[in-house]
Amino acid sequence: MEKHGRKGDISWISGSVVAAHGINDVEMGEIVEVGEEGLIGEVIRIKDEEFIVEIYENTSGLKPGEPVIASGKRLVAELGPGLLNNILDGIGRPLEAILKQKGPFITRGVKISTLPRNKKWHFKPTAMVGGLVEGGDIIGTTKETNMIDHKITVPPETNGKIVALEEGDFTVDDPIGKLETVSGIVPLRMMQEWPVRLPRPFQARLASDEPLVTGQRVIDVFFPISKGGTAAIPGGFGTGKTVMLHQLARWSNTQVVVYIGCGERGNEMCEVATDFPKLKDPRTGYPLMERTFLLANTSNMPVAAREASIYYGITVAEYYRDQGYDVSIMADSTSRWAEALREVSGRLEEMPVESGYPAYLPDRVAEFYERAGRVRTLGKPQRDGSVTVIGAVSPPGGDFNEPVTIHTLRFTGVFWALDADLAYSRHFPAIQWLKSYSLYANRLLSAWAQSFSDYSGQLQSWWKDFHQLFPELRDKALAVLNESSEIESIAKIIGENALPDDQRLILLTADTLKEGFLRQFAFDKVDSFCEPEKQFLLLKMMTDFHDQASVLIKNRVPIIKISSLPELQKMKRIKQDEGGIAAIRQLMEQCHKELRRIGEEYRVSSGV
Amino acid sequence: MAEKLQELTGLTYRGLKEIKGSLIMIEGIEDVGYDEIVRIRAPDGVERMGRVLEVGHGRAVIQVFGREIGLQINSIVGFSGSVFKIPLSEDILGRIFNGVGEPIDGAPKIISKDKYDINGMPINPVARIYPEEFIQTGISAIDGPLSLVRGQKLPIFSESGMPHNRIVAQIAKQATVRGKKEEFALVFAAIGQRSDEARFFIEQFKSTGALERSVVVMNLADDPAVERLFTPRIALTMAEYLAFDLGIHVLTILSDMTNYCEALREMSAAREEVPSRKGYPGYLYSDLASIYERAGKVKGRKGSLTQMPILTMPGGDLHHPIPDLTGYITEGQIFLDRDLFARGIYPPINVLPSLSRLMRSGIGEDKTREDHRSVADQLYYFYSMGMKARDLSRIVGEMSLSETEGRYLKFADAFERRFINQDENENRPIEKTLDIAWELLAMFPEDNLVRIEKKYIEKYGRRMRVNAPI
Ligand SMILES: Nc1ncnc2c1ncn2[C@@H]1O[C@H](COP(=O)(O)OP(=O)(O)O)[C@@H](O)[C@H]1O
Ligand SMILES: [Mg+2]
Repeated sequence: MEKHGRKGDISWISGSVVAAHGINDVEMGEIVEVGEEGLIGEVIRIKDEEFIVEIYENTSGLKPGEPVIASGKRLVAELGPGLLNNILDGIGRPLEAILKQKGPFITRGVKISTLPRNKKWHFKPTAMVGGLVEGGDIIGTTKETNMIDHKITVPPETNGKIVALEEGDFTVDDPIGKLETVSGIVPLRMMQEWPVRLPRPFQARLASDEPLVTGQRVIDVFFPISKGGTAAIPGGFGTGKTVMLHQLARWSNTQVVVYIGCGERGNEMCEVATDFPKLKDPRTGYPLMERTFLLANTSNMPVAAREASIYYGITVAEYYRDQGYDVSIMADSTSRWAEALREVSGRLEEMPVESGYPAYLPDRVAEFYERAGRVRTLGKPQRDGSVTVIGAVSPPGGDFNEPVTIHTLRFTGVFWALDADLAYSRHFPAIQWLKSYSLYANRLLSAWAQSFSDYSGQLQSWWKDFHQLFPELRDKALAVLNESSEIESIAKIIGENALPDDQRLILLTADTLKEGFLRQFAFDKVDSFCEPEKQFLLLKMMTDFHDQASVLIKNRVPIIKISSLPELQKMKRIKQDEGGIAAIRQLMEQCHKELRRIGEEYRVSSGV
Repeated sequence: MAEKLQELTGLTYRGLKEIKGSLIMIEGIEDVGYDEIVRIRAPDGVERMGRVLEVGHGRAVIQVFGREIGLQINSIVGFSGSVFKIPLSEDILGRIFNGVGEPIDGAPKIISKDKYDINGMPINPVARIYPEEFIQTGISAIDGPLSLVRGQKLPIFSESGMPHNRIVAQIAKQATVRGKKEEFALVFAAIGQRSDEARFFIEQFKSTGALERSVVVMNLADDPAVERLFTPRIALTMAEYLAFDLGIHVLTILSDMTNYCEALREMSAAREEVPSRKGYPGYLYSDLASIYERAGKVKGRKGSLTQMPILTMPGGDLHHPIPDLTGYITEGQIFLDRDLFARGIYPPINVLPSLSRLMRSGIGEDKTREDHRSVADQLYYFYSMGMKARDLSRIVGEMSLSETEGRYLKFADAFERRFINQDENENRPIEKTLDIAWELLAMFPEDNLVRIEKKYIEKYGRRMRVNAPI
């Protein structure tokens, strides 16, 4: 598409949409520079005389007759070392560099490339000169951060013979070698480009049956997600979407994290950009920022770039996947992206179908989530990678019955339903256990064992004795929670005092589970991340307690004997205890002992 | 075709093509930019302001601010050659402006070479400093469970007839950052307010001596509705100037954003745009964000901009698009409750649907007190259980409540009466607020305070047990 010197001019301006004419061979999706200041825009419609451009920057002051210059390129992402530990705007401009150049406020017409051009990276070849390579083959590596060896690959759809390849310090632009292709010799570089709206190719999709360990109990135990899976987290404002996405970005056991702040608050992005360089990855001990790539199009930044930011982010995720990494991507919030689509569609006077959204909304949502998955990548050596996609959804009025939520749920495997009532009583994460689901749950629970080794080598042998138990405990706990909600609705009519003791026990256990297990304070030093062994022990402690207490109740031990046990309150607190696993084991013992004591008192022999 | 006139200031034309509500079409023009500000003089002698909404070769669509009644085809349109800018200098302090930024206090115009685009520019997220300085408002319901910090945008969700103005005035009067003596200022934007409401604020500022540290931008209920689209932006441009150019800590009050949104809806309808919920345009979210996000602290600049927008929820409905979209943008919300109001609780703040998202960073050891967060959490939990118990008691009667439920219910009552409720002139330091909280928590056995660390119960809770309300 190298066609230069194609120039036209503006004929009409209305907000972020500009009509122009004078370039006959302009392409859909082509990037153009608009006006004297060279504002960046993308061609979104072509008519016989005219074409329409969506501008990614503020258009105030733009005049008809100003120039429009076609770039010959689509909206591409620069891919190479330097993406991690970085924060970009919605179309890939580095915000730190903008701050240095322009001061604290974002002006328009800024042109700074994504990857720094002056920084040198040490490149180590792994391929041989003389070797035949094709798209996806790894030809060398460079240490991008302490956590990530950046694999330099042959761009997709390129092949040939390596005629030169050198070790040394290079910028992303410098040639690191040469490739002899059918159309001549081309330089090899550490950087490549990819049009963001196109999924990057791979060899094959693989089943994704390895759980993503997030350290968040309600997720890992009740509604788990797999590496390569997709999840939606809808909820009204203040129900905990952003905090949960931050938690997942912090603690999930993927190697690379892409976080997109899409039309949300500036201070939230500031928080991530300030905290992540200080927070340590629980597995490697390095600052989290070293595995993180941030994109920020906050709610006051131009709306059009919001739409692009989602594609930009997932392209970067795919690029690291293609290096053989497990990548997770969080988008907060996909609703703002859908609204940006709606806004552009409105300006084009397209026919709206539901709530003003265009008819192609479901297609766009599907296309986005389809870019998730675990794959066998292109190229040698053989490797697998995954992209896990987690999207926040912000339904108007917190009502899930609206187009973006509905269509998102059609295309995602996990549904974490946030609930305003839980949030009001400060039960966080406010994931409603009765409404949420994970289509991966059954498959993942039995696979938990492998992923535990990430956190503790010893654990595996410990786990072998127990992991068969795990699905059973989970089901038991869910059953108690379900039953308790039914009992509660009865209690609402007759009062709790009028309930039979076995039902009151269910309420008691449900309360322990809610407070002691489901509730997890994101900002607690100890509890922000809960390692798998601890999750399991907590669950076992509470379900054991319930089983044993049930036997007592059946044998007519009055509920007050159990409900007055101080151990009940201790179980609710132990998750935050600095004594960790040892303290839990101790409390478990204590619970057994107390229940046994009551059993003896009432001469109940069996089961306790 | 408009006739080109020779005038000194910019390009001027006579003759419109069409007038359609507050929109006018003009043809035969040249060199006009999108979003440019225009002045329109009709034969009635009234000068109106307008803004270019769409522009093509030789033609433009203009949004007229001010009254459209009286406009004629034979009007004169002057193009300013620039977007809406206002001159700013230190002299704005102590002054009163109308909704489009012209002084209305009889004192001279602001003269300055420095003119500021009222739309501002987005703050680069990496240029932000995360807000974390606790502002003590002296109101327990805010300081305890909904702490405000410098640079936060925290709206009040109210309904007409409720005392939001009094609460905001009390905050404006009492707000301090403890241990600091720094320059502060108030910027107050009246957006479509009744003149008695606007007067109330001016009187308040006067009586506390704050007026000379204040800027008032006033668009009253009988001023043209379309001007409301400018009012908050003008106020915020002034606030940004004070905060980021002059290094002052600024509290900005925008009252009432509902009127702003209605003006926006009106304009959108006039443009025949596809409406989204309840007739509001689909871009209401990003439009509101372009206002609310103009708050914060910025690297390399000394001041801060704290925003307290007030909005009245139409029909008291939290899910109405205005409070809904506001809540999605702001850093929390303070929710006023009719039921509390009816029971004589002042301030009638219902803490359950309220939230301060930045509270976490502003409280705790060295900032307020180490036990602050867990105490607030525990209050939330008990109060929410208390509300449930209250609902239940309405069905089954108080007698049928279990002992625990009964205790929750008593707690809820005491919490409203003793913690939330306070005098309009009472300025409670944070320690007092937390101590009252502990007195209330003493209604429960220590074991029940599961959201509070043991060491805090020992340190702060025990000594309060004697004062328990029952
Ligand atoms: N896991 C959590 N632990 C503690 N507090 C939380 C948690 N999740 C949410 N919160 C509280 O709720 C507030 C709103 O959460 P947030 O994620 O910003 O909501 P949303 O993005 O849905 O609007 C936060 O500021 C925090 O106070
Ligand atoms: Mg959020």
